[in-house]
Amino acid sequence: MIAMEAFIYDAVRTPRGRGKPDGSLHEITPIQLATQVLQAVRDRTGIDTGDVDDVILGCVSPVGEQGADIARLAALNADYAQTVPGVQINRFCASGLEAVNMAAAKVYSGEAGLAIGGGVESMSRVPMASDGGAWAMDPAVAYKSYFAPQGIGADVIATKFGISRDDADAYAVESQRRAKIAWDEGRFARSIVPVKDVIGQVVLGHDEHMRPDATMQSLGALKPSFAALGEDMPGFDTVALLRYPELERVNHIHHAGNSSGIVDGAAAVLVGNKDMGEKYGLKPRARIRAMASIGSEPLIMLTGPEYVAGKLLDRAGMSKGDIDLWELNEAFASVVLRYMQAMDLDHGQINVNGGAIAMGHPLGATGAMVLGTALDELERTGKGTALVNLCVGAGMGTGIIIERI
Amino acid sequence: MQTIAFDVDADGIATLTIDVPGQSMNVIGPEFLADLDEAVTRIASDEAVKGAVIASGKEAGFMAGLDLKYFGSMLASESGKRPAPAEIFDKVFILNRLLRRLETCGKPVACAIEGTCVGGGFELALACHHRVAGDSSRTQMGLPEILIGLFPGGGGSQRLPRIIGVQAALLYMLQGKLFRPAEAAMMKVVDEVVPQGTAVAAAIQWVKANPSASVQPWDQKGFKFPGGAGGFNPAFVQTMAGALPMTLKQTQRNMNAPIALLSAVYEGAILPFDRAIRIESKYFAKVAADPQAANMIRSLFVNKQAAERGARRPADQPKAPTRKLAMLGAGMMGAGIATVAAQAGMEVILFDRDLSFAEKGKAHVEEQLKKRLGKGMTPEKMAETLARVTPATDYAALAGADFVIEAVFEDAAIKAEVTKKVEAVLGPDVIFGSNTSTLPITKLAGAWSKPANFIGIHFFSPVEKMPLVEIILGKETGPAAIAKAMDFVAQIKKTPIVVNDSRGFYTSRCFGTYVQEGVEMVAEGINPALIENAGRQLGMPVGPLAVGDEVSIELGHKVVLAAQKDLGDAYVAQPSDAVTARMVELGRLGRKSGKGWYDYPEGGKKHLWTGLEEMFPRAPVQPDVEEVKERLLYRQLVECARCYEEGVLETPEDGDIGAIFGWGFAAWTGGPFSHMDTLGIGPVVAVLERLAARHGERFAPTVQLQDMAASGATFYDAERVRAAA
Repeated sequence: MIAMEAFIYDAVRTPRGRGKPDGSLHEITPIQLATQVLQAVRDRTGIDTGDVDDVILGCVSPVGEQGADIARLAALNADYAQTVPGVQINRFCASGLEAVNMAAAKVYSGEAGLAIGGGVESMSRVPMASDGGAWAMDPAVAYKSYFAPQGIGADVIATKFGISRDDADAYAVESQRRAKIAWDEGRFARSIVPVKDVIGQVVLGHDEHMRPDATMQSLGALKPSFAALGEDMPGFDTVALLRYPELERVNHIHHAGNSSGIVDGAAAVLVGNKDMGEKYGLKPRARIRAMASIGSEPLIMLTGPEYVAGKLLDRAGMSKGDIDLWELNEAFASVVLRYMQAMDLDHGQINVNGGAIAMGHPLGATGAMVLGTALDELERTGKGTALVNLCVGAGMGTGIIIERI
Repeated sequence: MQTIAFDVDADGIATLTIDVPGQSMNVIGPEFLADLDEAVTRIASDEAVKGAVIASGKEAGFMAGLDLKYFGSMLASESGKRPAPAEIFDKVFILNRLLRRLETCGKPVACAIEGTCVGGGFELALACHHRVAGDSSRTQMGLPEILIGLFPGGGGSQRLPRIIGVQAALLYMLQGKLFRPAEAAMMKVVDEVVPQGTAVAAAIQWVKANPSASVQPWDQKGFKFPGGAGGFNPAFVQTMAGALPMTLKQTQRNMNAPIALLSAVYEGAILPFDRAIRIESKYFAKVAADPQAANMIRSLFVNKQAAERGARRPADQPKAPTRKLAMLGAGMMGAGIATVAAQAGMEVILFDRDLSFAEKGKAHVEEQLKKRLGKGMTPEKMAETLARVTPATDYAALAGADFVIEAVFEDAAIKAEVTKKVEAVLGPDVIFGSNTSTLPITKLAGAWSKPANFIGIHFFSPVEKMPLVEIILGKETGPAAIAKAMDFVAQIKKTPIVVNDSRGFYTSRCFGTYVQEGVEMVAEGINPALIENAGRQLGMPVGPLAVGDEVSIELGHKVVLAAQKDLGDAYVAQPSDAVTARMVELGRLGRKSGKGWYDYPEGGKKHLWTGLEEMFPRAPVQPDVEEVKERLLYRQLVECARCYEEGVLETPEDGDIGAIFGWGFAAWTGGPFSHMDTLGIGPVVAVLERLAARHGERFAPTVQLQDMAASGATFYDAERVRAAA
């Protein structure tokens, strides 16, 4: 009889480096980022990697140096036993969490005793959209799916749900403020694995994208990022209004300061069954109560979280009141603000330590990072449950409910 | 060979002179295809032939596209049903295969382009190894198929991108834009531009000098796609991702040909050429299998040209071109008509009651002509044209005019007075045209002592741009007046339709329903943005409220008041009347007054008036956009059907052309009558009955529609319609 349970034994992440040529992690290859988090998981827990039944890593642009199943190559490069397989997966922005969910599913089902879920993205070295895809460029597919870039979707959310530029900017300023407090108080200390270079020097020990000095005034000076794409060339607002004809126009409120930052980073979460924890004397940090993914309307694209939250609560037999802590990736300010509206959440309950607007969103890794952030916060505050959730490209959502033990 | 003369000179250069009998312009039909097949075989197999030049024997130009009769035959089948795409593919691939044989025949082939070279003719040119164009203002080349609901299906969608790159090729093909010789040379669409009349000699010269230039760039090893292609090329990816929204901006989601073109280019770009042209033909067959292209070709091309050639002109009337026009009224309309008349070579007396008005009108003419400088207009030509326009305030100045157009204030009494004064100078034998947009012609004709010589000639604003003229017959209008008006329309190169007298005639009356239904929905508390977007999604150029603002809310209100006054109890009030009246009371008169359904902030973008929601509280349940589209569409359709039943319209051709070119009715449908035929009269009646039950009698299907539904008749099958009527 298989015990239908899975536990989180550890969660680590690299700091996030600015995803530009001047970013600290630009000189670190993505395989190195993945390697270092896998080594950290092994070294911190003392597991024999021969017991790891799979390494699942999310990566959203799996081409070039992130291509060819980076998970298997990272396991080999981290000196894991050669018997450990690896698989790279892509659920866009939720890849890192999807990897954990898959690892958990493997444990649930008995396929794995220990499995690692995580992700990696070096956005400075392998730019977003390097992998192409039919979605945007195949006219028949773009036509059928009403393709528009996700920034347009985020602006449509704002327009449709009455979220103003000021609302979004105020949210962003608060995200920066919270991230600074969290770093100042060492709230991420348990998860952070500083990244080292080839001669063993630390090249980055903190999230370097943060702009704690951001104010309403400084953000107010920024130009909207998607107005030209939407209104002028090539005019994606046309597509948006075809799908949302109730809108007179799209209000373009998002800019670099209230959207997630482009950064480099990696993360890994060790999931296992009870026996494995006992074997290595590891105390489970949390039990995984439910995992879920959903599909939603692809043009607006980023409204999936509210639906996935509903599905998770149903699966877990829980209600909203049973959740102590909410975490939703800050892809764009409107995504979180809409989720708060839909779920009737107060800003005090969600993303309490800031998020990707302040610290950045290394696409393939973020899902595992936000899960670790929530877990650290539960432990810090002594709270019990967290619902962690990400909006996903092409209209999806992926989430998880964990419960501290 | 009947369509191609095949002559081989002493050097072994074959000249293929295309001269399709019975046509003023070369077109591609089955005989031509058979002849070209034979010619290609001969070029390839006859050792004495070293290379070939393709030229035209027509004065009018090189070649146009497919013979539309031949295209029609591809869509015919024994069962009477439209054939499946696979069946159409076999037929459309014939041209592609043949052109492919031409470019791989092993010998150099050049073409000599003088004059028009478009569509299939240009695709033939693209399949040659070398293109020479004669430099003349008449020479224009390109692939305009998209304008009639098709896309290039003879290899053009594959060859043009391989010559000028995907981005430029898409730009030209999606807009149906033509190349002038200099532009074509700059973009390397043609290899040489030579003086007019010397293209054939230059082409022969090239073939002689390049005996081994018989392999197209795309068939050569190491071919580099200009600008790159394929999913790993960032420029290609960006072009493809951007092309769709730009297309949708123009077509919403109504037209299938541009989308198919994009797919053919996208999928074909990385294929070997033999497979690329098969992809093109597959998409072409898919588009051709849909009634959309056939409907568009019928209205936008075949019937439009027939109308311009005088399909509705009484055949027994002698040609009656206007030499001297008496243009009464020098306002926007009068000055506009004067502009196009002067440009057509007519002498124009631009008459108004005050000299400053008449001179202001002439200044407008000058302004319009100035805009054309550099676009075929020279300073000399402009001076000549302008000299033909004479401002006048004295009726005596009209003497010698052989046609009168009146565009004075829309008031029957004022018009009658002017009409009588003109008659006093010119006599009643001259033809008198009134440009009224609303007043019944029969009534106005009473002021001219020979009403047979009185006719309505309704222009659209701005006259310089709008292609349609609605000719309205009063009860007593005679054939000489029709001929005169139609010859005038031909002179100014516009498209005429002929309708019978009725309030608002055909175009204003039916266009009005589009605006009225939009207003009615505002009054019901339907979200105005939804109404506007629905109008655009339908394929109308702008939403009903936006266009209502453009033509002026006040004008609409005045038309209602005039109709109420004239008809008394017989006037059928529309739910929108009161709403329009309320807007006028509020001083929201339309764009001209700076406020209407929209606000027009200075220096900013217009936006819907926020006060609308207060005035008409938003209904708690909003309809789906499809419901809104349905109301906007069927309200127009049923009014068009009424015009047909009442005899305001005599033919569906007039109805379709007038709708598309008069008030911008969704061109993708081929017009309201084509669209009703395509939807099926039975289903149209069923929808109208449902809408009438829910929204009112204005949607009630006509008796004629119901009869047609019962008998299975269609508008474009004249006999059956008449039998049903």
